[in-house]
Amino acid sequence: MAVITVTINDELVSGRTGQSLLELVRERGIDLPTLCHLDGLEERGGCRLCMVEVGATNRLAAACVTPAQEGMVIYTHSERLVRYRRMILELLFAERNHVCAVCVMNGRCELQREAYTIGMDHVRYDYLTPDLPMDASHERFVIDHNRCILCTRCVRVCDSVEGAHTWDVMGRGVNCRVITDLHQPWGSSRSCTSCGKCVQVCPTGALHAKGSSVAEMVKHHDFLQWILDGREKKQWATRNGDPVEGGR
Amino acid sequence: MNRADLQTMAQREQEKQARFQCRLLCCASTPCLSSGGAAVQQALQDAIKESEASAEVAVVSTGCMGPCSRGPVVTVQVQGEDDVYYENVTPETARQIVADHALAGQPVQEKLLPSDLPFFAKQTKVVLSNSGLIDPERLEDYVARGGYLALAYALREMTPEEVCVEISQSGLRGRGGAGYPTGLKWDLVRKAPSDKKYVVANGDEGDPGAYMDRTLMESDPHRVLEGMAIAGYAVGAEQGFIYVRGEYPVAAKRLERAIRAAERRGLLGSRVLDSSFSFRIDIRIGAGAFVCGEETALMASIMGRRGQPVPRPPYPAQSGLWGHPTLINNVETFGNIVPIIEHGAQWYAGIGTEKSKGTKIFALAGKVENTGLIEVPMGITLREIVFDIGGGIPDGREFKAAQTGGPSGGCIPPQFLDTKVDYESLKALGSIMGSGGLIVMDDQSCMPDVAKFFMEFCMDESCGKCVPCRVGTVQMYRILQRITDGSATLQDLENLEDLCTMVRETSLCGLGQSAPNPVLSTLKYFRNEYEDHIERRTCEAGVCEMTEVPVMALVEELPRRIRAAA
Repeated sequence: MAVITVTINDELVSGRTGQSLLELVRERGIDLPTLCHLDGLEERGGCRLCMVEVGATNRLAAACVTPAQEGMVIYTHSERLVRYRRMILELLFAERNHVCAVCVMNGRCELQREAYTIGMDHVRYDYLTPDLPMDASHERFVIDHNRCILCTRCVRVCDSVEGAHTWDVMGRGVNCRVITDLHQPWGSSRSCTSCGKCVQVCPTGALHAKGSSVAEMVKHHDFLQWILDGREKKQWATRNGDPVEGGR
Repeated sequence: MNRADLQTMAQREQEKQARFQCRLLCCASTPCLSSGGAAVQQALQDAIKESEASAEVAVVSTGCMGPCSRGPVVTVQVQGEDDVYYENVTPETARQIVADHALAGQPVQEKLLPSDLPFFAKQTKVVLSNSGLIDPERLEDYVARGGYLALAYALREMTPEEVCVEISQSGLRGRGGAGYPTGLKWDLVRKAPSDKKYVVANGDEGDPGAYMDRTLMESDPHRVLEGMAIAGYAVGAEQGFIYVRGEYPVAAKRLERAIRAAERRGLLGSRVLDSSFSFRIDIRIGAGAFVCGEETALMASIMGRRGQPVPRPPYPAQSGLWGHPTLINNVETFGNIVPIIEHGAQWYAGIGTEKSKGTKIFALAGKVENTGLIEVPMGITLREIVFDIGGGIPDGREFKAAQTGGPSGGCIPPQFLDTKVDYESLKALGSIMGSGGLIVMDDQSCMPDVAKFFMEFCMDESCGKCVPCRVGTVQMYRILQRITDGSATLQDLENLEDLCTMVRETSLCGLGQSAPNPVLSTLKYFRNEYEDHIERRTCEAGVCEMTEVPVMALVEELPRRIRAAA
């Protein structure tokens, strides 16, 4: 593969033909925010967070879908780019009901992390507060549309990795929604293999496993009795409800 | 069928038409049909039957003649005389036309359209040269006017490379709006290595008020097909698709018939005109998404996928339908191919300006005396279009702005009325040529309200793939809504401008990138109106009701409202 040279933030960087600008930037150790990109999935180019300035033309390009070419000059963190990224994040927060305090992904959410990193402390735009449903009909997983940012990682992983294509998108504009099986309840989906890949790739709390939400938290106080019984009476386990002498 | 058969067919049809003393051409395009054109045609036919004149007088249902606001329009062709146009024809007038004009030679004065009307005199009909003169549902009518001879010529006398060179030399540029050199695009597809290539005609015209492509498809479908076939020969494609907007059932039906008629006569299909070149054309009907006019979204839609754009590169010329090189041109662009091959690149390049060659069809709408479809040479001034062809502003009102390019374009204020209409000049003014919608506004139009209208359109039509367009258009719309109801602050105006530049620079496809244009161009030329709305809470044009107040002013406003209610 031919070697190419690209100038990133005034530094010469070498890469290989066929690499995207994003790969090159990240190889260089520069942190470029992304939300729809995920290593291993085909690129979408939809979140527009990885926009970089290309050349002297002042034109912006999404790094994830722009192939690196010999002699390119790019800037990744100009004042304009940072301002735009913050605006895009604000737009995302204003679009749906992203209430971090009661979200299952609080602290581990990629959207939240990008907002923290860029220093987004408030949203200048109207919160659209749409009335969105949740679908908890699946036996193991939940989709909460309030947290969805329409990155379609779930759609892509389900189609190209699992090969089930259970997920797709319906509607257009802000009325877009990810759906299962032509908008049937997830629990009744016949194509879903319950593999859970969609849940693992979701950047926010939109897709999560059951039992992880705040309301589902259950405390098992009876564990104490179990330990005490084990220590004192050597009853470590139960078989058909009867104590087992001498442990297992 | 070969070239000789084609000429025989043309001759036979010309002789047949010459047998009639008088031909009554009745427009059967969508605007005239919706104002009662079908009843007029029926009345003409009945009247001829009653007077037993079927041998001397013929009724032909044709495509668009141009002055759509004056429809239904009927043209009377008497042998040896100039064509005479009638406007606003009713079934009663139709009977009178047959009795007085067709049979007795006395034109019916009151509904006569003056033949020296600037509306007709200032136009140059190149693409629409057959429109309104032929029956779009009869192949013979098209052939009688020289149809398919250009294809026959290209197949016999030219190599594909020569066709591309000819188109390049003509200076033709894409009529969909962006103005990319057509010849260059053809050559790219021709050179792209692949055993399979496609030609696509983009007939997904969606700008509010624009209907150039619909008219061309409805009035002269064979011209589009012939242009596509020449393109197929030039780039090496054997399959073409016409993507017709779902709201254009008449156009789809006529194209369907035209394809079948052409295939039956060996003008399309396998071994076109007895040559070794084969070319099939299929129709794909859109499902009502404006974004499918964007080429990558259109291809996704043809392939049966969700109509969403994908990032370019790769461009369709490299990797388009099913990964094969694909040539996508606007329907009107294909309409220009036949005249270029027929009259030569030099002739075509003689029309228009240095960088914008040929003619452009505009759908003239809004506050002008004559609305309708016009074809003008590039480089004509806006003033000529609005005041000569359009006949000026009705009711003695003032011209305020001309909106070109639909939701992707901008407003041009009166001080630029003498600007030449071409790609570069319009772009320099912050507007675009666009596909050809031209809406004239008078002093009763409120610019923030106009901007709000187009923003609402973009918001509804955003596909939802990229964040700036999906959410940005909603936020911009909400700010415009506040400006037009009186509750906006200067901070809103600042936010609006910031959003406009961000959405323009970061959106994925042309829809998002151009969605802020109506706001930006009205802000550029009519900023005082925005400030009047915000600072003085007044709308000069009297369009906005301004019933709301800014949130921070509610403290003073509420007691006032309570008192008023009591």
